[in-house]
Amino acid sequence: MNGLFAQNAYLLISLLKVAVVVLVLLTGIAYLTWFERKVVAHMQSRWGPERVGPYGLMQPLADGVKFLFKEDPTPAGADRFVYFLAPFLSLSLALCTIALIPFGPGEISIFGRSTSLSIAEINISLLIVFAFTSLSVYGVALAGWASNSKYPLLGSLRSSAQMLSYELGLTMSVVGIVLLSGTFSLRTIVLAQQGTVLGVLPRWNVFSPIMPQVIGFLCFFIAALAETNRVPFDLPEAETELVAGFHTEYASFKFAMFFMAEYAAMVTVSAVASVLFFGGWLSPFPENPAFHFTYYLPAALAAVGGVLLIVNGLRYRSKVGRVVVPVLGLILLLLAATCALPGVNPVIQGPFWLLSKIFFFLFVYVWIRGTLPRFRYDQLMAFGWKVLLPVSLANVVVTSLLILLREKR
Amino acid sequence: MPTTVSTATGQAESMVLNMGPQHPSTHGVLRVVLELDGENVVKARPDIGYLHTGIEKSCEAKTYSQAITLTDRIDYLAPLSNNLCYCLAVEKLLNLTVPKRAQYVRVLLTELTRIGSHLVWLGTHAIDLGAMSVFLYCFREREEIMKIFEMVSGQRMMTSYFRIGGLALEPPVGWLERVAKFVEAFPSHLAEYEDLLTENRIWQGRTKGVGYLKPEDAIAMGVSGPPLRAAGVAYDVRKFFPYSSYDEFAFDVPTRTESDCYARYLVRMAEMGESLKIVRQAMSKIPAEGPIRTDAPGIIPPQREKMKTEMEALIYHFKIFTEGFSPPPGEVYQNVESPRGELGFFVASDGSPKPMRVKVRAPSFVNLQALPMLVTGRLVADVVACIGTLDIVLGEIDR
Repeated sequence: MNGLFAQNAYLLISLLKVAVVVLVLLTGIAYLTWFERKVVAHMQSRWGPERVGPYGLMQPLADGVKFLFKEDPTPAGADRFVYFLAPFLSLSLALCTIALIPFGPGEISIFGRSTSLSIAEINISLLIVFAFTSLSVYGVALAGWASNSKYPLLGSLRSSAQMLSYELGLTMSVVGIVLLSGTFSLRTIVLAQQGTVLGVLPRWNVFSPIMPQVIGFLCFFIAALAETNRVPFDLPEAETELVAGFHTEYASFKFAMFFMAEYAAMVTVSAVASVLFFGGWLSPFPENPAFHFTYYLPAALAAVGGVLLIVNGLRYRSKVGRVVVPVLGLILLLLAATCALPGVNPVIQGPFWLLSKIFFFLFVYVWIRGTLPRFRYDQLMAFGWKVLLPVSLANVVVTSLLILLREKR
Repeated sequence: MPTTVSTATGQAESMVLNMGPQHPSTHGVLRVVLELDGENVVKARPDIGYLHTGIEKSCEAKTYSQAITLTDRIDYLAPLSNNLCYCLAVEKLLNLTVPKRAQYVRVLLTELTRIGSHLVWLGTHAIDLGAMSVFLYCFREREEIMKIFEMVSGQRMMTSYFRIGGLALEPPVGWLERVAKFVEAFPSHLAEYEDLLTENRIWQGRTKGVGYLKPEDAIAMGVSGPPLRAAGVAYDVRKFFPYSSYDEFAFDVPTRTESDCYARYLVRMAEMGESLKIVRQAMSKIPAEGPIRTDAPGIIPPQREKMKTEMEALIYHFKIFTEGFSPPPGEVYQNVESPRGELGFFVASDGSPKPMRVKVRAPSFVNLQALPMLVTGRLVADVVACIGTLDIVLGEIDR
């Protein structure tokens, strides 16, 4: 038995990591919908989900159950195989990217074997990320085509054109990063961002002393918005023009898969943005003993959250809420205590900072949704080709020039 | 200019897309048959009639007073404008003069209606173009107006508050304070919407130069209201044919010359400010005391006190509510400036207690025919913007 374990340890550990990441990601996506609805609601002076469970916390579950039990009709004349394939393609490709994200530094040991904090360690992981994002257009394009309906067709035409043209801007905007760090490996890119600039700013790529990649980041973020079909680039599913765009004919869980794919793409793109431009798992505080207290930040945050939940939960208006919310608070307090343990504390720093950065970008996504109107198709294309691409190209040129000048000196 | 695609067989082919009647941004049940070449509109044909309710015909089966409740449902975003127009028409037929107090209350409430209607327009137009928050902010503000209506008439939407010869009820105590509260708060909210949209590059990109309407075409087609004023024609019924003491109020008629969606947006935004000006003036003009109904025995229901002491009053009351009143035979046309444009009521009487014919000149119906002209050669996304800035209400189009 022991020999069998030893032989397959790598496989088992990988499976374990995949299971943990997928579980966290899918739960995260489910609660991202809740988060988005809550945040947008509060921006629009309403309450958002409030009825299903305390603070509407069971809403994602209710939505999931609803999607599962809905009737799932296939439109007449649809290409059945492709119609089926499209949502699977969308979701699986969107989920795949997360495998390449490094969550923390160093190694942890599981069952006596050390393993890195990411699912896959590949030295060209950045290229693979872009390969996956490029492929995701297939899900959308095929869905629109296979539905045998006019609105989805228009939606998928739009999105194919949109995603292809923004793919270019997206890729060009990170070339500066590749030049600065001289690698395609996400882990090495993060490692290259250690240290500080002028002693205060973290030496992340956006603040890079050679050529701050601010423009690169802006281009990346705009292109990422377009790539994930979010406001103001949500043309493929422009609800008020094309009904629901490429997924008009989809119902039930197939629709849910598109929905989840969109949110998964948001998460992964945010993760990639934080890894490339904002130092991934690196803490924004300098690595010196004076700042060691920041190691207790996750614990402190969880503790404050737990106390708030308990205090508010005891006054919650429904009986169930008065039980559930304080229990959640207690769990958070327990989590805080665990995070403060000397053995756990250093390990969770990486994931904590990465997740915080991802969370920040997700908030920006939602914020933009609450603020901006939508582009028109031709304006979007013009923006992509006439503004985004030249600007990111210029960024590449300037960055390489500066690197060259520095090397000559 | 759009060119049609040549297919393998050599035939030119374009795709016909039915936009509506079930579509999120046709503002009801409008169906637009779009002939598309890719995303370019080659031809657009609005198809109406999906909300036909036969209101005009139903009016012929009601007494003059009863028909008021039907007029609420024509333009359901501006019920008080409809009430006003119909009441003015019948008053013209009967040659009645409405007391000044009632006239000012009517002006105040119709201007609030205009603001409310423009708010719904702004919200739906913004959500059509993807700006979701503005939609909810607008409805939040409109809610305050609705509460004022509810306070005054007991109804939020189908108010039927204006009656022939005056108002239905004495306005309740404290209603002007409520209006004052709204008037106080609204300018800052209006500025908020302007912040979100007016200088927004995306918003300008979506609306500037989109849906151009030549002033000559607008006049030739009978387009009225904000679309006409955005084309540079300063036609406003309130100025040209003043009714209900509008000539005693000082206000401007905002116009633009660009005649695109952005100009129509700016005109309506400015109109909300002007309406607010009128509301302020009306608030100071409305006397605290005074009759709210004209005194016309046999036509206007007598006061309750009189009914209990005077024989004639009791008889009139009975007659008015059993068989109605009979205006002299004749025809009248009365127009008002509704939020959507020139709203007109043609009422013909044959001397019976029920109108022989009621015909509504609905501004939405007339404005809608400009749609093909606005969208031909443009993109599908522009169709949505154009429908939005025409500000149509399907209840009014189909009647």
